[in-house]
Amino acid sequence: MSETSMLCELPVLEYDYKDLAPYMSEEQIRTHYGEHHQAQVNGANEILQKLGKARKEKTVDLDLPSTLKNLSFNIGGHLLHSLFWSNIAPEGKSSSKPDGKLAAVLTKEFGSVDRFKKEFTKAAISKEGPGWAALTFSRKTGRPSILQLEKHNTKICPMHSILLVADVFDHAYQIDYKNDRAKFIDAFFHLVNWGTVNKRLEKLIV
Amino acid sequence: MQIEQKNDSLSETSRAYELPKLGYDYKDLAPYMSEEQLRIHHEKHHQSYVTGSNGILQKLDKARKENAELDMRSTLKELSFNIGGHVLHSLFWGNLAPASKGSGKPTGTIAETISKEFGGFDRFKSEFTKTAATVEGSGWAALAYCKHTGRPLIMQIEKHNTNVYPKFPILMVLDVFEHAYYIDYKNDRAKFIEAFWNIINWNEVNKRFMAVTR
Repeated sequence: MSETSMLCELPVLEYDYKDLAPYMSEEQIRTHYGEHHQAQVNGANEILQKLGKARKEKTVDLDLPSTLKNLSFNIGGHLLHSLFWSNIAPEGKSSSKPDGKLAAVLTKEFGSVDRFKKEFTKAAISKEGPGWAALTFSRKTGRPSILQLEKHNTKICPMHSILLVADVFDHAYQIDYKNDRAKFIDAFFHLVNWGTVNKRLEKLIV
Repeated sequence: MQIEQKNDSLSETSRAYELPKLGYDYKDLAPYMSEEQLRIHHEKHHQSYVTGSNGILQKLDKARKENAELDMRSTLKELSFNIGGHVLHSLFWGNLAPASKGSGKPTGTIAETISKEFGGFDRFKSEFTKTAATVEGSGWAALAYCKHTGRPLIMQIEKHNTNVYPKFPILMVLDVFEHAYYIDYKNDRAKFIEAFWNIINWNEVNKRFMAVTR
């Protein structure tokens, strides 16, 4: 909680830019991470600094609705991208399908892992415009849910824990797949780090 | 401990949402929130989100059992609205308490954290009030906590699911749907917000804060 940690920071990737090929090219990930994600970190920090300044100077004419909406977009984008980078990994680095507690929870909810993949894919592909497909988990019911997020901040259950996200903004796949989002989602499943997803779940139920 | 058992067993009974019991009687928040207002809000409005969430979960269960197609877009939108409504109302009841029981002002670690971020409680109160007052249509003012930066952040939620900071823990919420105050204050939202400051359960807010910063 030191002064220096009071701003958002771009997380360090656990792999090199080139490591996710052929499913995600070096150029695609470099642009996505270095420019798009960085822009959201900068955007969030600018707002945090603007708020800090207004409080210091006791400014009263802060436009809160637009400032907070903007903050939800940028800080939401930062958080979701951070989750995204750590729930993908070079193919072969992690188990190729869900295992452990995750496999049990998905099978219980969806009937099978295949049905889960089908629903998640459909949620990702049928999203109109930019957004995310997310697998969330409710501690109250012990059930996982798929959500289809609009942009970075809409159609979200507040406080719900997030286990897995797929970015379906154009910027996530345009370089590699042009407008073929379905092909990108197919590739995405080759990269999912099921070990991390399982760890996120275990943290919630243990 | 209870949560752990509940989730670990993943038993059938825990797979639906439930209306939480209030920690006080319907009449206990008067004169700031009347018995009639609170009863309808809890028994009717909140209950409808619980029923709505469970209805969608059952619809999903059925589709999966029968291997049927789903309209993911509208189903998931509805799900985020209803579950969001349930989660936020549950938080709301927990962060209210009879005026006689409250401290009026934050205490403990949350008081220091608010003071540090906002430069004083009064500034926080004025920003939170303004956030609640300026929600367009229906929504919430919320105090969230950013674990990455160690900052408390105000959030202005539209409906139950829009302009939300994903995954962020929420310390305190104020419902500014008309259904939250119409019986008591008609269209005078500002008066309702002013009343809210008398019935905040700061102990609970501090407890939530301690739980996420542990």
